[in-house]
Amino acid sequence: MTFGIVVFPGSNCDHDVYWGLKKELGQNVRFIWHRQRDLEGSDVVVLPGGFAHGDYLRAGAIARFSPIMESVVEHARQGRPVIGICNGFQILTEIGLLPGALLRNESLRFAHGLVRLAVQRTDTMFTRQFLLGQIIEMPIAHGQGRYYAPPQILEELEAAKQVLFRYCDVCGQAASEANPNGSTNAIAGLCNAQGNVIGMMPHPERRMNQRLGGIDGQLLFLSVAQSVSGL
Amino acid sequence: MKPNPPVTLSLAQQHGLSEEEYNRILAILGRVPTYPELGVFSVMWSEHCCYKNSIAHLKTLPRKGPRTLVEAGEENAGLVDIGHGLAVAFKIESHNHPCAVEPYQGAATGVGGIMRDIFTMGARPIASLDSLHFGPLDNARNRFLMDGVVRGVGDYGNCLGIPTVAGETIFHDGYSTNPIVNCMAVGVVKKDRIASATAEGEGNTVIIYGSRTGRDGIHGATFASEEISEESEAKRSSVQVGDPFAEKLLLEATLELVKSGVLVGVQDMGAAGITCSSAEMAARGKSGISINLDNVPLREKHMSAYEILLSESQERMLAVVYQGRIEEAEAILDRWEILHERIGSVTNDGKMRVSFQGSEVCDIPAWELALGGGAPVYHREARRPAILDEYNDADLTPYRLDRNWNVALSQLLASPNICDKGFITGQYDSTVRTNTVLGPGGDAALLWIKETTLGLAMTTDCNPRFVYLNPRRGTALAVAEAARNVSCTGAEPIAITNCLNFGNPYKPESFYFFQEAVAGMGEACRILGTPVTGGNVSFYNESEETSILPTPVIGMIGLMEDVDHAVRSHFQKEGDVVILLGKTKADLGGSEYLWHLYDVLAGDAPELDLELEKRTQFVLRKAINSGWVRSAHDCSEGGLAVALAECCLLDPEHPIGSKINIKPGNLTVADLLFAESASRIIISCPAELKDEILNLAEFMEVPAEIIGEVGGDRLVIADWIDLSVNELIHIYYQALPNYFHNIAIAQ
Repeated sequence: MTFGIVVFPGSNCDHDVYWGLKKELGQNVRFIWHRQRDLEGSDVVVLPGGFAHGDYLRAGAIARFSPIMESVVEHARQGRPVIGICNGFQILTEIGLLPGALLRNESLRFAHGLVRLAVQRTDTMFTRQFLLGQIIEMPIAHGQGRYYAPPQILEELEAAKQVLFRYCDVCGQAASEANPNGSTNAIAGLCNAQGNVIGMMPHPERRMNQRLGGIDGQLLFLSVAQSVSGL
Repeated sequence: MKPNPPVTLSLAQQHGLSEEEYNRILAILGRVPTYPELGVFSVMWSEHCCYKNSIAHLKTLPRKGPRTLVEAGEENAGLVDIGHGLAVAFKIESHNHPCAVEPYQGAATGVGGIMRDIFTMGARPIASLDSLHFGPLDNARNRFLMDGVVRGVGDYGNCLGIPTVAGETIFHDGYSTNPIVNCMAVGVVKKDRIASATAEGEGNTVIIYGSRTGRDGIHGATFASEEISEESEAKRSSVQVGDPFAEKLLLEATLELVKSGVLVGVQDMGAAGITCSSAEMAARGKSGISINLDNVPLREKHMSAYEILLSESQERMLAVVYQGRIEEAEAILDRWEILHERIGSVTNDGKMRVSFQGSEVCDIPAWELALGGGAPVYHREARRPAILDEYNDADLTPYRLDRNWNVALSQLLASPNICDKGFITGQYDSTVRTNTVLGPGGDAALLWIKETTLGLAMTTDCNPRFVYLNPRRGTALAVAEAARNVSCTGAEPIAITNCLNFGNPYKPESFYFFQEAVAGMGEACRILGTPVTGGNVSFYNESEETSILPTPVIGMIGLMEDVDHAVRSHFQKEGDVVILLGKTKADLGGSEYLWHLYDVLAGDAPELDLELEKRTQFVLRKAINSGWVRSAHDCSEGGLAVALAECCLLDPEHPIGSKINIKPGNLTVADLLFAESASRIIISCPAELKDEILNLAEFMEVPAEIIGEVGGDRLVIADWIDLSVNELIHIYYQALPNYFHNIAIAQ
């Protein structure tokens, strides 16, 4: 199986995802330039972090018009996995593959730091290798990461258990001090109703090596690899 | 378009040229210069471009070492060999003047400019550092400056995807109208892919690529070579506007161009834009260059030759492409959707020729314009200010009296110069690129070089109070501290870059600080074995009311063979033994203790024995790389007590106390706790390994003593200090947000 990493001109976590998948997990990985239309047989599509087209307008607002996105939407419609990390999450909400929007952080400042996440579900293709309620650590690095959805949609996605990761404190509780950007319901990552598209603000690709602080991110990619290869 | 004004001596003087310089121009050309030529000379001969008042001193610095691949000044940045077929390019630069009037864009373009210096060498930037100095935050203007600068540094680096991993933030009244903003970038390049900023080979094509040329930043270089005044505000248009997204494209495209082998040379357009890049490339290649300004893509209509030549629009590059490979180069630039245009060719007549709308507007021997060529070199007068003797001889006895030491330590931990800077560094992405092993908040940052086991450490350091009291020793202390910080991770210091921020060089009492600082830097670098690979000079950091403290910022890099041997700054484990390497002396002069608690800047800078410093750091590194050490922290601002508190609280999620037993001997308690004696490091180690360290220290004739033990939830220092670590954490981490939001702190 192959991971395809979509590269926009302003992507800057593309190489980090590549490194993590290739060198740490031994997966097949290829870069897909955003002007292409062909996903070149990718089984899992990753939209990496960065500032796709500078994002001076609104994060992800222009990226959704890149030629490759039609194929990404089609890939998702077929029920095949799509992972959006940080800017990738923003793009997925802009193009409508995921509900809601990412607003500017409550602090109105860019925020970098290590956050704790409580794993909400382990029966999805992205989280099957985690333990239910497991508390994991990953860095965030974003200016627009405050998840928002209108009350009705929020209710729906909570009812459908689409939230996969919530910001939490050391005890696994969603305390306000543990919420780095003011996200509604402490949502850090969620999936679509079908469960094959995930968007998350924290960076799993930055937690792939003990030397760099930990390996919690590996479980996400291993989960999806396991799901796709049907093991 | 307005007609060009007639060129006269008075016009030249308005351009910042002296009468003597104007006469030299007449002699070089054998005629009166054209208006564009006058503009070209004025920027190329400004301090910013040609270092005319500083180069004579800079040349005394040690610039060669076993690892140096290019010497200071030869290329855009210094280059050192780190083995494994790799080299590191790094450099620091100031963007003080732009930040004084427009902090956000000033800082952003500061980062952009230094990044271009790195990737024009073919190196991929891997880290950014920032050394920031502001006036006190009880002033709204200073808060505005800090906020803008931090956002500017952050937004640019974050968008570009280069982690900002280290730096420092220092507050002092002298920086109120003159903030100091120094940005450092570090990049890695394969040794067979190093690019040069040269123009060679007659007939090779000169191209410009990147953003369009606009009217922004005209005369930025000249602006930076004047004092800040009311009129500076009116020069706001001299500040350029940054576009990190455009820079990201330039970065990727430039590295691809270098890799493809189509380039003879490439240089970024920083200060003085097209003028500086073309003249310097030609001078370096001992060639000439011929440019047609009609082909330069413009942002605005009706720009004159003068404006196009001097524009400092950001995110532009000048490259020389081999004949026959131009289409290949253009295809790469097209793929990155970067605007590019052929604007000229390399010639062999040694001249910089510029044509515009059918006539030749410049015809100048390129060599005459460049640093190391015909640019003027001055030896400025230096005079030691008499007041320094008064400061040095000041009686510090009143400040050494006994007081409540718990309160003193608590207050010092809340000092903006000491407290946690997470409010700033939390706005910087410090982990993108997934190399960061040690990020902000420790002694130095440490990055893993992937595909190897190498670790690359980096830091910026300067204690401007020491430099003010004793510029020579103070600067040597800055080099020593930078090296010590690098050594605290376990890495060996290998080279430095420097950013020399001073006042007006035409004032002898101001120039004295510069001259002495360079001498002190040279001494320290010679003994510590860290050559100076490049740097930057920023004079005129003064206004009518204030002048900065002399601020020679040292940017240092270090190398460790096995990054997994790295240690952190803070205590790790209950029961570990605490050892102090080095000796505390009565060095209260210039300390944060005097400054923060008594508002006093007096005394002399701490003593420094560079040979002892070198041996101490050797012992430290040897102990770390032998696996004997669990943590290592430099003992500097705030002295031993503050360093010990930091060892307890630097990981606020896992605070850990310690019990310290030290005796004053001949020292007062104030000195013992808060003197900032050099060459001291606090290390912790498992009890069974302490003798290894003590024996090595004894063998190397480095003072070392066991001063206590890690454990508990309080920091206890003999009979003087007894505080809960949680209390210390609260003080240390809340201070800066409180200062910034101007919340009064109960003293």
